Amino acid sequence: MKHESVETNAGLLVILTLAVISIGGLVEIVPLFYIDDTIEEVEGVRPYTPLEQRGRDIYLREGCYTCHSQMVRPFRDEMLRYGHYSLAAESQFDHPFQWGSKRTGPDLARVGGKYSNEWQVQHLIKPTSLVPESIMPGYPWLASTPLDFSDVEDRMIALKRVGVPYSINQQELEANVERFGEETAAMLDINQAEDNLIAQAQQENFDGDPSFISEMDAIVAYLQVLGTMVDFNEYSEGEFADFR
Amino acid sequence: MSTNEKPSKKPGEVDTTGHVWDTNLEEYNNPLPRWWLWGFYATVVFAVVYWILFPAWPVGDGFTKGLNTVTFTEDGEEVTTHWNTRSLLARDMQTGTQAVRQREMLETVGAMEYDEILADVDAMGFVNAYAKGSFGTWCAACHQTGGAGVVEQYPNLRDDHWLWGGTVEKIEETLVLGRLGYMPGYRESLNSDQLEEVASYVLSLNGYEMNDEAVSAGAEIFTGELGGCFQCHGMDAAGRTSQGAPNLTNNIWGLVDVPGAADDAERVARVASYVSGGVQRVMPAFSDRLSPTEIKVLAAYVHSLGGGQ
Repeated sequence: MKHESVETNAGLLVILTLAVISIGGLVEIVPLFYIDDTIEEVEGVRPYTPLEQRGRDIYLREGCYTCHSQMVRPFRDEMLRYGHYSLAAESQFDHPFQWGSKRTGPDLARVGGKYSNEWQVQHLIKPTSLVPESIMPGYPWLASTPLDFSDVEDRMIALKRVGVPYSINQQELEANVERFGEETAAMLDINQAEDNLIAQAQQENFDGDPSFISEMDAIVAYLQVLGTMVDFNEYSEGEFADFR
Repeated sequence: MSTNEKPSKKPGEVDTTGHVWDTNLEEYNNPLPRWWLWGFYATVVFAVVYWILFPAWPVGDGFTKGLNTVTFTEDGEEVTTHWNTRSLLARDMQTGTQAVRQREMLETVGAMEYDEILADVDAMGFVNAYAKGSFGTWCAACHQTGGAGVVEQYPNLRDDHWLWGGTVEKIEETLVLGRLGYMPGYRESLNSDQLEEVASYVLSLNGYEMNDEAVSAGAEIFTGELGGCFQCHGMDAAGRTSQGAPNLTNNIWGLVDVPGAADDAERVARVASYVSGGVQRVMPAFSDRLSPTEIKVLAAYVHSLGGGQ
């Protein structure tokens, strides 16, 4: 092909330009899909329960990711502050993942269990009442807005299509029992999603009012599970290095 | 003669690229500056060296790991891996200058008794430096940076008013076990007059001038079977650290904002509403998140904030 014909044909020029600039991205990303060591083999990581997943949707809706990353990097200062560095395995069911690189607020990859539910609720309603120097805005409507979970099955089906192992038939349910254990597998069953969501919100009572399932229930459920799935006491320091 | 035929070269003139736009628009084909060209070759060489030393190219279901290695110790054995940031971190945690120094200080402080730590300038210097980060991460969310707490919610750690005891051993116990602070609400067993009477009595213990009748009626409820307040707060209302029941006579108000009230009526109302509703507060246990030494450092730090007994 003559150079002149590329330069005088705008359509062709666009296509060839896109092809060339995508090479950089492709050679960095595509191999990760088939390199064996990309995702570490660890116990405990499971997809989110329906309530946690709805909480995650609210996390995205409110744009929490614009200020909070979810990625503890393997540096000493980060480990001292946040805990063990994040593993790829821990976000394998996240679509899209929330790693981020912008930290206006602290990293949240290991925030689960760090504070009580009451603290999280009050902090979300009015952050400065607990951290006077905070610049985080308040989210008071989360506590008064009922959680819309009418479409939670559809959301789980959508996630299932991109590879999250929620189950919809007996065969998949049994596969999940094998993989995650009976209790977790039941939570991942799309057919029981609504019941599971209501039961979890009432039992664990994240927002202090068991009779009212609010958006606060969902987002606190999500925050409280972040970074808590892997028991790092089970693994030695060098074990994860084999995967990099 | 066609119009886009190149004009013949004059002396000192460089070639054009040979492209012609819009009949006669051409561009010179000047050579690249030498410094730029050699800089470019240098980056190419750098890339090749990098590929050899560091993890680089995907091959099959793996990748080239590079010649660089990192060595660290695991379970007493030396482990050597290809270069990667996780191994670098493991090595840094074991042999890095700062990490080693910090570990030495933690070991030193961990082996000392509390009275030795509190008396030792170097140890307290380390405690203050280390706890600044640790307290900021684990404690400040509730007790605030600096430990002054939030009135009506989280206890102040800078004064000598302690719910569960202010000796350094008791502070450690609080950190290790966590605490459940509980006072029942009295809205069912006391009517609103009685609630106000108890409130008046408690306020009178703190130097507020209250209606004598209400105070004596309140004292009866406080020290009698009806209220039974004495069971936790004591007959003298001086509190019991074994119950997490605060001293009610020192005019320090952690949970009721008495100083913020405008007049006596509002003060009584605030205390009464608190007695009516009761309270439940949780201090989480830190024994499964922090090492015994880290807890020791934090206990010494909290003790030294000003209120330690």
